[in-house]
Amino acid sequence: MFKKIGLAAAALALSASTSFAATEIAWWHAMGGELGKKLEEIAQKFNESQSDYKVVPVYKGSYPETLTAAIAAFRANQQPAIVQVFEVGTGTMMAAKGAVYPVYKLMKDEGESFDPKGFLAPVVGYYSDTQGNILSLPFNSSTPILYYNKDVFKKAGLDPEVAPKTWKEVEEFSKKIVTSGAAKCGFTSAWITWIQTENLSALHDKPFGTLQNGFGGVKSEFTFNGPLQAKHWANLKKWQDEGLFKYGGPVGGDNAANMFYAQECAMTMNSSAGRAGVINNAKDFKPGFAPLPYYDDEIKEPKNSIIGGATLWVLNGKDKATYKGVAKFFTYLSKPEVQADWHQYTGYLPITNAAYELGKTQGYYDKNPGSDIAIKQIMRGTPSENSKGVRFGNLTQVRNIVDEEFQALLAGKKDAKAALDAAVKRGNGLLREFEAANN
Amino acid sequence: METKRTTFNNRLLPYLLLAPQLIITLIFFIWPAAQAFKSSFEREDPFGMSTVFVGIQHYQRLLEDPNYIDALLRTMVFAVCVTSLAMILGLAFAAAVDRLTRTSRIYTTLLVWPYAVAPVVAGVLWWFVFNTSTGLLPFFLQKIGFKWDHDLNGTHAMILISIAAAWKQISYNFLFFLAGLQSVPHSLMEAAAIDGSGPVKRFFTISLPLLSPTTFFLFIINVNYAMFDTFPIVDATTAGGPAQATTTLVYKVYQDGFVGLNLGSSSAQSVMLMMIVMVLTFVQFRYVERRVQY
Repeated sequence: MFKKIGLAAAALALSASTSFAATEIAWWHAMGGELGKKLEEIAQKFNESQSDYKVVPVYKGSYPETLTAAIAAFRANQQPAIVQVFEVGTGTMMAAKGAVYPVYKLMKDEGESFDPKGFLAPVVGYYSDTQGNILSLPFNSSTPILYYNKDVFKKAGLDPEVAPKTWKEVEEFSKKIVTSGAAKCGFTSAWITWIQTENLSALHDKPFGTLQNGFGGVKSEFTFNGPLQAKHWANLKKWQDEGLFKYGGPVGGDNAANMFYAQECAMTMNSSAGRAGVINNAKDFKPGFAPLPYYDDEIKEPKNSIIGGATLWVLNGKDKATYKGVAKFFTYLSKPEVQADWHQYTGYLPITNAAYELGKTQGYYDKNPGSDIAIKQIMRGTPSENSKGVRFGNLTQVRNIVDEEFQALLAGKKDAKAALDAAVKRGNGLLREFEAANN
Repeated sequence: METKRTTFNNRLLPYLLLAPQLIITLIFFIWPAAQAFKSSFEREDPFGMSTVFVGIQHYQRLLEDPNYIDALLRTMVFAVCVTSLAMILGLAFAAAVDRLTRTSRIYTTLLVWPYAVAPVVAGVLWWFVFNTSTGLLPFFLQKIGFKWDHDLNGTHAMILISIAAAWKQISYNFLFFLAGLQSVPHSLMEAAAIDGSGPVKRFFTISLPLLSPTTFFLFIINVNYAMFDTFPIVDATTAGGPAQATTTLVYKVYQDGFVGLNLGSSSAQSVMLMMIVMVLTFVQFRYVERRVQY
């Protein structure tokens, strides 16, 4: 009996205390290490700026782990208000119509000013529906660039200030580097699927899939087994056999960065968000930064590259007060000072035009040469249907399949065309499953 | 045969005593297994917004999927490799330690250590040793002109996960074999020695046959270990690659279910895996046990 009274009193006290305290907003994210600390700092500054809401960031592991955790939580009705989802999870989130609260709608419902035009077009285009409505708030976006070792270039008799612009030059430079003994390998690459397949297609204005690379609906099919992609993959295999190219591993290709830091490979291609890591790890050499190479016999002016990274999705099933707070927090996050600080610290792209302009007036790009290469690369030219991005369901698995087929190519089990054909065929199987599950 | 019988005066007491174990089994095994069985006949979007009954479609697709068949064959190869490696080495170590008198305790302790290492930590340890760009072993292998490359070579990757998985299990096998060897009657060994048979012959004609119950028990445990419990090792070393060369059945369940969020197919795979292990255990008990001398 006494126990019961005690329990009731405790429950009462608990509910009383929450009604006076700030509304808590759970934010699940996948930023470990330095990035995680910076993210927590942002949340803390928001919490200090007002007293009605308290954003509580929770680190949930890798991107796929965070997404899986959020989905499991949603099924158990324990979901966070905000979850950070990487770009390949976009198709999954967009299809889950009842589960997500589209950001444009949230901002309208809560009366927060939210202008899609204020965001960098290539970034926001990736996360908008076909009517141009922004579904999730861009937070950390990056795009791949080329990193090179200036000291090795000098040793090989190359101009350390001139990076290869085309793949032909990458081949020439690599040959010089390897034959002169300046480094053991010419170049390596992280993220084979994202950089050497998705971005390769975008740069050369070639489709990755039908229906505007999947933006037009779930009935799309992959088409990345065209002549350009086959040529590039065949080249990579040839360059591997000649010792010019070294494979950095599947998915993110963790070994690519290591081989570059250890000066084993003179060049690497990686996310622009890897910039801070390169600067911290390049202790014995000077790194250079450059746009991704392209085939000048395929396209005269390469298109913009496409982005990766993550956005913040709002999940359904919370109360009105929480959403009010989420909207306020998103407005805070989109402020130029907050964005510019995050962008300059991490190497991710500035999300808004204002943040980019602020960086310019601060003189950040002049003081840090190479830091604006990524921005210029995604802003160049007019984006075409093929360079707007890719949007497919089950993309995490499709990327794994592309990795597997690339490994089969490098191991000499298949030629480039056969490997790409197999990847397309297997990928289309997954697309049809996704279509069936989301009808 | 005489059996021990305990009589309870209270009719409820035996159930009460069994309850904790039963509840745990019910919550952590029967319930999830039933859930998996149910969702293996359904197709569901990741968020659980819509569920459609699809009958045996997931099973049909699996059996038609060459990737699944490959994973099945690969798992058999893996189970055979891990079981034979772990059991032969476990037995060899046990036989060696059994001959020691003063230092046997130290060796026993040292040999049991790996068992205390969490599987994922074991995976990371071997990942370091075999790492193609910073690992020690590839470095030494290169010196003798052998290029180790488990990032691209599927056979190398399979060798890597087999070694890592077996390494953890050797300790377990060693302990059981050692206990088995120590219970071999000394009189038999002495008699054989007096008759002029050497230690090797004594081992193969006396110890080994007398160890057969232990061997049989360990055989089942090891096969089950290789099929069910090696997920962390695969995940920490090769993540199923390259080109699915180390994607075993249990790893595929994880990949399709937790990474791919294809819950229906993943559940169907779990059910298949459960059936495979049930059949295997049944066959082992039914046929292998008959040949075991107790």
